[in-house]
Amino acid sequence: MSVRTIWRKSVNVVMLSLTGACAALTMGFLFFILGYLVYHGGKDLSWNFFTKLPTPVGETGGGMANAIVGSAKLLFLASLIGVPIGFLGGVYLAEFGGRTFSFLVRYTTDLLNGVPSIVIGIFAYTVIVLPMHQFSTLAGGFALGVMMIPIAVRSTEEFLHAVPTSLREAAMALGASKWKTVATVVVPAAIRGIITGIMLDLARVAGETAPLLFTAFGNRFWSPGWLQPTASLPVVIYTYAISPYDDWHRQAWAAGLVLLGLVLFANIGARLILSRKTMLQRS
Amino acid sequence: MDTSATAVERGAPPSAPRALLRQLRHGDEIAHLITLIFASTIILITSVIVYELWVNSHLTRQKFGWHFFFTSTWDPVFEQFGALPFIYGTLVTSAVALLLAVPLGIGAAIFLAELAPPKISDSIAFVIDLLAAVPSVIYGLLGVFILVPIMRTTVEPGLKATLGFLPLFQGPIYGVGFLTAGIILAVMIVPFIISVSREVLLAVPSDQREAALALGATRWESTWKVVIPFAKTGIMGSVFLALARALGETMAITMVIGNDPKVSASLFAPGYSIAAVIANEFTEATADVYLNALIELGLVLFLLTFILNGLARILILTTTQRGTAHE
Amino acid sequence: MATVTGLPNPSLALGASRANVPGESKPLPGAEVPPRLKISKLNFFYGAKQALFEVDLNIATNRVTALIGPSGCGKSTFLRTLNRMQETIRHTRMEGQILLDDQDVLQMDVVSLRRRVGMVFQRPNPFPKSIFENVAYGLRVNGWKGNLREAVEHSLNRAALWDEVKDSLHKSAYALSGGQQQRLCIARALAVDPEVLLLDEPCSALDPVTTAKIEELLFHLKESCTIAIVTHNMQQAARTSDFTAFMLDGKLIEFNPTSQLFTTPADPRTEAYITGRFG
Repeated sequence: MSVRTIWRKSVNVVMLSLTGACAALTMGFLFFILGYLVYHGGKDLSWNFFTKLPTPVGETGGGMANAIVGSAKLLFLASLIGVPIGFLGGVYLAEFGGRTFSFLVRYTTDLLNGVPSIVIGIFAYTVIVLPMHQFSTLAGGFALGVMMIPIAVRSTEEFLHAVPTSLREAAMALGASKWKTVATVVVPAAIRGIITGIMLDLARVAGETAPLLFTAFGNRFWSPGWLQPTASLPVVIYTYAISPYDDWHRQAWAAGLVLLGLVLFANIGARLILSRKTMLQRS
Repeated sequence: MDTSATAVERGAPPSAPRALLRQLRHGDEIAHLITLIFASTIILITSVIVYELWVNSHLTRQKFGWHFFFTSTWDPVFEQFGALPFIYGTLVTSAVALLLAVPLGIGAAIFLAELAPPKISDSIAFVIDLLAAVPSVIYGLLGVFILVPIMRTTVEPGLKATLGFLPLFQGPIYGVGFLTAGIILAVMIVPFIISVSREVLLAVPSDQREAALALGATRWESTWKVVIPFAKTGIMGSVFLALARALGETMAITMVIGNDPKVSASLFAPGYSIAAVIANEFTEATADVYLNALIELGLVLFLLTFILNGLARILILTTTQRGTAHE
Repeated sequence: MATVTGLPNPSLALGASRANVPGESKPLPGAEVPPRLKISKLNFFYGAKQALFEVDLNIATNRVTALIGPSGCGKSTFLRTLNRMQETIRHTRMEGQILLDDQDVLQMDVVSLRRRVGMVFQRPNPFPKSIFENVAYGLRVNGWKGNLREAVEHSLNRAALWDEVKDSLHKSAYALSGGQQQRLCIARALAVDPEVLLLDEPCSALDPVTTAKIEELLFHLKESCTIAIVTHNMQQAARTSDFTAFMLDGKLIEFNPTSQLFTTPADPRTEAYITGRFG
C-alpha cells in the first residue's frame, strides 16, 4: 500500500468519525437540555406550583396556576381559528382545488409559515389590541391561531393525499357524491394523521412567547373572560428568568420543565400514534 | 330475486328526480364553496399582515426614508430612529450561528444519510427533530443560567487570550453579547440544516455513489467529491432556510444578547437584534413614531425572511427534482 | 374444430345446469330479452388522444358479457364509461350515446346512475371500516330506510361470503384475505341492488382457487343482475360469459356469443388474438 493510499484511508476514517461525532453532539444537546431541566426544574415542581397564584416578591409558596390556565385558554382560542381554517383549507387543496388557485393558496400558506412569530404578534396587535385599546386573551389566541394555520393546512393536505385513489373510486362507484366521499371515506381514513398533525401544531404554539408579549401581555392574577390580559407559561418563564429573584428563577426552571415536558410528550405521542397507524393498514 | 326488503328504488329517487338532482349537485358545490372560502381566508390574512405592516410604519418611512437603514441612533426621546444596530446585530449573530451550525449540521446529515443504517438514521433524525421542537424561551433559560456564565468565566477569556489580536475578540467581557447569542442560535438552527440536508442527500441517486466507489474512491471521497456537489444546491437551500429561522428568533436572543443598540466590532460586546428590540420595546413605545419605527423593523424582518424562504424553496426543489429526474 | 380451451363447448365448461335459466340454448345478441345497456357510436378522448372509436355494443340483460383484448385496447376505458367513472379524470370527453333501459345515461343524475350500475375494481379496495360497514356503506349513502342488518346479510350471501364472516362482521375488512376482500367488494356493490354489475379484471390479483369461487359467483348472480366483465384471461372469458366482445386499439372488432367467438371467430384478428399470436 502506497503512502497516498494510507493517507486516503486515514482521512476516510477520520472524516467519517467526525460526522458521527457531529450527529452525536447534536443528539447530546437534546439530552443535555432535557436532563438539566429535569434536574433543575424537577425539585421545584410542587402542588403549589400548579395551584397557586404568584405571590409578591420575597414570599415563597407562589405558583403558576394562572399561567397554566392562561395558556390553556390561549390554546383553546388558537385552535378555534387554526383548526377550521387549517383543516378545511387542507381539504380544499387535496380534494377540490383548481390548479391556479390551489397554487396561490399553497404559496401563501408557505409564506405565512415563514413569517417570524414576533411579526405575527405585531399583526395581532394592530388588528385587535389597537382597536380594543387593551391587551387580551383574544389577541393572544388570535396570534397563536394564525401561527397554527400553515402547519394544519400542510399536514391535512398531506394525509388526505395519502389516502389511495382506489378508495375514492370505490365510494363514487357506489353512488356517493364528491363531498360524501370526502366526508365519509377519505377524511376518516386520514383522520389519525390529521389529528396528530394538529396535536403537534398545538404543541408548537404552546411554547411561543414572542407573539404573546404585546397581545396577551401578562397578568399576575387570574384573567376573567377573554378580553383581559392573561399570564401564559412561556411569558412567565421569560419574565422570571430575566428577573433578579432566586425564587423566581427556581420557578422558571420548574415551568420550563413542564413546558418542555408537554412539547416532548406531544411530539413523541404523535410519532407513536402514526407508526401504529401504518401497522393497522398493512394487515 | 329481489325481495321487497332489498329493493332500493330503481332510478326513481324518493322525491321528484329533478329536485334531488339539484340537491345532490348542490351538496358538492356547497362543499367546494365552503372549503374555498376557508382557503381564501389564508390569502386574506397574509395580505392583511403585509398591509398592516406597511400602513403602520408610514410615519417612519416618510420621515427617515432609506436613511433608516444606515443610521445608528436609536433615541426614542428625541424621536431619532436608525435601524443599523439591529440589522448589524441580526446579521452578526446569524453569521456566527451559521459558521458554527453549517459544518456541524452537514456533518451530521452526512452521517445520517450515508453511513448510518436506515433504522438508526431514522431514530437519530427523530431525536434531532425533537430538538427543533424545543421552545425558544427554554433555550433562553439555559442560555442565561448556563451558557452566559461559562462564556464569561471560561470561553471568552480563553478566546481573548489566544485570538485577542483580532478585533473580534477584544474588549470587555460580560458573558452576554453577540458571540453567546450566536452560539445559542447555532444550536437552535442546526436541526433544520440536518433535517433538510439529510433529505437532500438521500435524494441523490445511488448510482452516483456507486460509480465513485466502483472507481476505487473511499466512502468519504465518494461523499465529499460526488454526492455533496450533486446536492449542493439543496444544501445551500437548507442553509437559507436555517438563516431565515435565525433572523426571526426572538426570545433566546433577547435573553443573552445584552440588548444594547450599538454597533461593535467585538463579538464579546452586547448588541441588539431586530426581533429582540421589537420584543423589548414594543409595549413601551408610547409615541406613534416610536411604534412605527418598531413596526418598520418588523416589515424589514418580514421581507428578509420572505426572500430567504423563497430562495430556499427553489434551491431545495431543484436538487430533489434533479435527483428524481436522473433516476 | 378444437378451440382454445380444448373443450367442444366452452360455455358449458362449468358443468352447471342450464335447465332453469330462462329461454335459451343458443342465445343470440339481443334476441329474446331487450339489452340492458345499448351503446352506440361511442367515442372517448383523453385530452387530444382518442381511446375509443365508434363503439356499438349491446349488453344483454341477465347475461355475462366479457370484454377481451390486448393491454391498452380500451376495454377498461369502455367499461368505465358505462357508469361515468371516467368523469373523475380531468380533460376527458365522451361522444355518442349510452342507454340504460332506454334512458340516456348522460342525462341522468350520475349518483343514481351509479346506484343502478355498480362496479368492482381490479384490486380489492375495501374501506378501512368493519366488514359490516363496508357492505352497509352504499345503503347508508343512498338513504336506505329498511333493515340494514338484513340487507347486509343478503348481500354477503349473494357474494358467497356470509358463512365465512357472519361471526366477525365488526372486524376490520383488512383482516380478510385478498379473495375474501374482493368478494366483500362484490357484496358491497350488490348491497344497493344494481341492475348492472361491471367488473374490471376482478380476479387478476387473486389465486386460481379464489378465482374459481368468484366465477361461480358470477354464474349465479347473472340471474338477477346483468354482468359485464373485462378480463385479460381468455379462458376465464370462455368459461364464464355468454357473450364476448373483442377489442383492439380502441375499436370493437367482434361481438358474438362466446361459444361462437371462440370456436368460429368471424374476424381474422379475433382468431389471431385467441390463438395467442399476439397480445
